[in-house]
Amino acid sequence: MDFTFSDEQRMFQETAQTLLGDTCAPEHLRQLLASGNPREDSRWNAIVETGLTLVLLPEEAGGIGLSEIDFLAIAEAAGYAALPEPLVESAGVAAPLLAAAGAGADVLADPTATIAIQHPINPFVADADTAAAIILVDGTDIHLVRREDVTLTRQESIDPFRRLFRVDWTPKAETKISSDPALLQDALDRAALFAAAQGLGLAQRCVNLAVDYAKERTQFGKPIGSYQAIKHHLATAQVKIEFARPVVQAAAADFANRDAQSRARISSAKFMALEAADVAARTAVQVHGGMGYTWEVDVHFFLKRTLGLTYTWGDPAFHRNRVAERMFTQPLGPDQTFAREVKNA
Amino acid sequence: MNLTYTPEQEAFRAEVRAWLEANVPAQPLEHFDASREGFEQHREWERTLKSGDWGMVTWPKEYGGRGLDLIQWLIFEEEYYRAGAPGRVNQNGIFLFGPTLMEFGTHEQKARWLTGMANGDDIWAQAWSEPQAGSDLAAVRATAVRDGDEYVLNGHKIWSSRAVFADWAFGLFREPGSERHKGMSLIVFPLNAPGVTVNAIQKINGHVGFAEIFLEDVRVPAFNRIGDEGQGWHICMATAGFERGLMLRSPARYQVAAAKLAELYRANEATVDPAIKADVVRAWMNAEAYALSIYSTACRLIAGGKIGAEASTNKIFWSELDIHLHQTALNILGPKAEILPHAPDAGPVDTWLDDYIFALAGPIYAGSNEIQRNIIAERMLGLPR
Repeated sequence: MDFTFSDEQRMFQETAQTLLGDTCAPEHLRQLLASGNPREDSRWNAIVETGLTLVLLPEEAGGIGLSEIDFLAIAEAAGYAALPEPLVESAGVAAPLLAAAGAGADVLADPTATIAIQHPINPFVADADTAAAIILVDGTDIHLVRREDVTLTRQESIDPFRRLFRVDWTPKAETKISSDPALLQDALDRAALFAAAQGLGLAQRCVNLAVDYAKERTQFGKPIGSYQAIKHHLATAQVKIEFARPVVQAAAADFANRDAQSRARISSAKFMALEAADVAARTAVQVHGGMGYTWEVDVHFFLKRTLGLTYTWGDPAFHRNRVAERMFTQPLGPDQTFAREVKNA
Repeated sequence: MNLTYTPEQEAFRAEVRAWLEANVPAQPLEHFDASREGFEQHREWERTLKSGDWGMVTWPKEYGGRGLDLIQWLIFEEEYYRAGAPGRVNQNGIFLFGPTLMEFGTHEQKARWLTGMANGDDIWAQAWSEPQAGSDLAAVRATAVRDGDEYVLNGHKIWSSRAVFADWAFGLFREPGSERHKGMSLIVFPLNAPGVTVNAIQKINGHVGFAEIFLEDVRVPAFNRIGDEGQGWHICMATAGFERGLMLRSPARYQVAAAKLAELYRANEATVDPAIKADVVRAWMNAEAYALSIYSTACRLIAGGKIGAEASTNKIFWSELDIHLHQTALNILGPKAEILPHAPDAGPVDTWLDDYIFALAGPIYAGSNEIQRNIIAERMLGLPR
């Protein structure tokens, strides 16, 4: 039993935090918005150069071959920064699917290329316009299609950095890469897990923004952060974060088991981490008062990303039902925390 | 990161389970706060536990423990709650004062009190709060005056769980004239010492083990002071850390309750509002999250880490999940929720109502949740005082 992180894992965390702290501050988000560009190429190139996109890719596909737990802090840092580029969905979800299917070697070999992924659980495909290739689903068949071969129709999200598209395409035999449902199951689970990790980052960012503001803003002659009404709001949000975090971590550590227990843990993680982010984001708006409701203050970037991630890759009801499925088909109790699935329980 | 038990840990679980199966009383004991009889039944159980060497598994062998680590403690607790074993009547001793003594006591003090604690001979109560010193604990007025190799204690303590029946208390006293956090000492005294008067305070559930304590010129040896004179506040804060942190509420109790809640829901699924299912799932997720958090903290402590202000997040989380979980059970019971178990037509209402009423105390004791939120805001988030 070891619930601690390795030095290597801490190193990835530091690398991701430092890189995104330097290149993805709110002023960078605003610059990108003003430019009208879909992504900031210099930032994406810097992400690629540090190797963050290779963490989950197997060595035979040119990656580092690490596991979900190693990617966790990277996804958390992406959430903390509200990163516009598709680091998580491309490198954390789509690339491992292609590697597992033994497909798309050319896309995987191109370091700056991103891959978008469609999934039956989501109505639209994120970041399809900048992707070199798109994983598409036709019934039970999984295809890998070049962007040039599809028609994209933008579906505006309230999060200006979530670029969602309807994809119109005609399935052809030569683009089919697999019909293994386990690949789509893994994609959903990785995406939900890393959405949860982003939720932790988003939540902490919202609390930190509100704490900074509450130290500076004075009313009645004192910083508003000295009043218990403000303190207790923020403490409540922090408690939510503290108890979502170990669930997210355990879900990542459990991922490879691929059983009712590991999926329920991923679902708990998604449910609790995005709920923490929701509470933290709304608290941050409230603590900022009227300023919190303006475009000028940065909180809305994180609020909007939280909203998007809450309802994508399985909404709260979907994940709660997966937890219920495990609860009512598998043994419960204090000796079952780390237990594995029992068949015909 | 490796979330599996070692074969040694699994073997330990099997050993605990086998012993508990053979020894846990078939009939539940009367509550230890309800009567002297219930209290003494629980003292007997503590002695039975000690006969199996299960008194306090994490303590060193020389003080009546087994010298086991925190993961083994969690496994022991999981099996303990799973077996439905009696509540620990000495929880203020073994989980609060014991760890304090372990950290701040001399070898002689440890030998004197830890062993008696581990074998049930000495049951302990806490004597910190006073009528004017609740959340503001630094407002303590009870005094300790040094007289040769003795202290003379005077004052009025209150909200002392089990003090009506217990043998010893650990109290917070100040040097006369000292102010606030300075001049306080942690001093222990026998509850049957001359000059000690204990009055029962009946709780909302009718239990009478709760008490206020009056001390009038109570003489105790200077040996009874834990740590240095004037160091009491510092030591008490360390004790409060154990209380909120790890030991007072191990996760297994909530995991057992959540599993029972799932059963209750299943048994009534056909007739209850389907919306309740969302709360049943949330209660279970909360209990699991608490368990995972405590495993994470335990592993960090084993690796040499320390527990800090995040102990305050634990206390808020378990106390609030406890109320939510039990309120969900009452929502399933519906019109039967208010019925006491001994009512002739109560049916299988179990202890949900009792446990709900007990849960209501959670946000108050061991430092109110308002105080915990202040601690989180000031020490974790750095907001101004």
